[in-house]
Amino acid sequence: MSQARSSLPRTIAAHAILIAYTIIALFPVILIVMNSFKSRQAIFRSPLMPPTAETFDLVGYRTVMVQGDFFLYFQNSLIVTVVSLFLVLLFGAMAAFALAEYRFRGNTLTGLYLALGIMIPIRLGTVAILQLMVASGLVNTRTALILVYTAQGLPLAIFILSEFTRQISDDLKNAGRIDGLSEYRIFFRLVLPLLRPAMATVAVFTMIPIWNDLWFPLILAPAEPTKTITLGVQIFLGQFVTNWNAVLSALSLAIVPVLVLYLIFSRQLIRGITSGAVK
Amino acid sequence: MGSLRLENIKKSFGQVEVLKGIDLDVKEGEFIVFVGPSGCGKSTLLRIVAGLEDATSGEVLIDGAKVNTVPPAKRGIAMVFQTYALYPHLTVRNNMGLGLKQAGAPAPEIAKRIATASTMLSLDPYLERRPAELSGGQRQRVAIGRAVVREPKLFLFDEPLSNLDAALRVNTRLEIAQLHRRLSATMIYVTHDQVEAMTLADRIVVLNNGHVEQIGAPMQLYNAPANEFVAGFIGSPKMNFIDGGRLGESVKTIGVRPEHLSVDAAKGDWKGTVIHVEHLGADTNLYIDTEKAGLLTARIFGEYRAEPGSTVHATPEPAKTYRFDEEGRRIE
Ligand SMILES: Nc1ncnc2c1ncn2[C@@H]1O[C@H](COP(=O)(O)OP(=O)(O)O)[C@@H](O)[C@H]1O
Ligand SMILES: [Mg+2]
Repeated sequence: MSQARSSLPRTIAAHAILIAYTIIALFPVILIVMNSFKSRQAIFRSPLMPPTAETFDLVGYRTVMVQGDFFLYFQNSLIVTVVSLFLVLLFGAMAAFALAEYRFRGNTLTGLYLALGIMIPIRLGTVAILQLMVASGLVNTRTALILVYTAQGLPLAIFILSEFTRQISDDLKNAGRIDGLSEYRIFFRLVLPLLRPAMATVAVFTMIPIWNDLWFPLILAPAEPTKTITLGVQIFLGQFVTNWNAVLSALSLAIVPVLVLYLIFSRQLIRGITSGAVK
Repeated sequence: MGSLRLENIKKSFGQVEVLKGIDLDVKEGEFIVFVGPSGCGKSTLLRIVAGLEDATSGEVLIDGAKVNTVPPAKRGIAMVFQTYALYPHLTVRNNMGLGLKQAGAPAPEIAKRIATASTMLSLDPYLERRPAELSGGQRQRVAIGRAVVREPKLFLFDEPLSNLDAALRVNTRLEIAQLHRRLSATMIYVTHDQVEAMTLADRIVVLNNGHVEQIGAPMQLYNAPANEFVAGFIGSPKMNFIDGGRLGESVKTIGVRPEHLSVDAAKGDWKGTVIHVEHLGADTNLYIDTEKAGLLTARIFGEYRAEPGSTVHATPEPAKTYRFDEEGRRIE
């Protein structure tokens, strides 16, 4: 390490702060995963201990597999999240491109209107959404959830992506136009690849609230075949008795897909966050 | 093939009028340079010719046909941009071939034209590389190659050398000049650099503030500038402008080019003090504060020894001074 730019006390202080933060952030997650492998008594007697040979118990996972249609819930969550994510990214990028690229009457106004959703939570419209879904016969379908989540994710996506789209060189798009590429080809082949880091950022911010949401599944799709995992786990949380083994196991399993998606996006994500910092 | 005619082109962005009625006739095979300070509307005019931007009013005619509503790809033009604008995901070969492929040209024809262009621009070793693996100069050559492959009626260049370093700029400038001679194609070239304009152009269009100040051959603009703006813009260092009243003349302004001032330590018309000396090797620039004519720049061929603070006399060549009236127009 170069001497001119760093001193030992400062390095130690920086690491101490970062390590402390990491521990605080990871503690609940580790606690959940750890306890999901323990017997019920062990969870209550020594919640902070890692599983030992005698306290190790897979009863939680067994319950989850047997009781309730866990894999169906899992599948529902995954379908709803991935499809919503895809639609948010696709339509978000398209809207951002249109707003940044074309001069038309009401451009700024449209942009503001689309960004309004950032400030107004979609849950305020729950009653109307429910009536809408009932009227269109979409209650208890995954489509209902996908539509709502797409609407929920779009404002922020458009807001972030239009900022990035504006930075893409006009010359490149114009070169495409002179070579006879259609506006769609220009968007999909020239613009979209350059938006990848920004889209990864948006993907992570969009994905996590969808995966964790309990509100809309409970209201729009509470039926057994369309339950998502966050809703599915609720069957283990009783008013009087809670099957903690099962709850913890289900939650541990639910972390996996988000983790996988995050790992896929994270390389791009870091570039998205730091882009523009250095030219 | 390759004539261009602009009739009263106007362009406004919102309330701001950027082009205020441009008329121009470009003959087949001509090398025309649009030059002017940055922000004067050169790129906008070029983009209107290309069809990337719609004029607010006026006509664009290519080969006598009105093309106002023809999309860029169908106008028979090719464009080279300041930022190269190569497709990052395609190899050099595919970058050059994309336009023809889109137009539906047969594959052997595309391959043949790419081969010709890449030999012409010495790009053969790089054909399978992607733009990210090329240097700035190579990228700009690929961009030029991409234009050549299309065999356009009209080549459009928008400050193609601005992103290159000085040495490469001279090389690429030479390459563009040779290209023009070899292809005898019509070329329109935008720059803010008067050296590029002077060295490349058959005719220069000097733009300022959205209108044409003067159109003419490089030496015509140098020897007979229509007004103060052109006189000041063409030539380096810039022409000296002296208030007519100070010299006891009836005209508003008198102009003398730095190279038309002779300097002598002992005698001359305008006595003054040397403020600063720049030695460029082949010539020397002297900045002189004169009593009669104010601050002047003199360009002396070869080496001239003078210390800041020393007294010198500057004398203009009588036949090479310019007179301008109240509106800045030159008086013959
Ligand atoms: N898309 C646009 N919207 C609004 N103003 C623009 C746009 N493009 C160019 N302008 C303005 O038009 C003027 C001329 O621009 P440009 O043609 O790029 O100048 P130049 O190429 O001569 O430097 C500038 O003042 C610029 O701000
Ligand atoms: Mg420009």
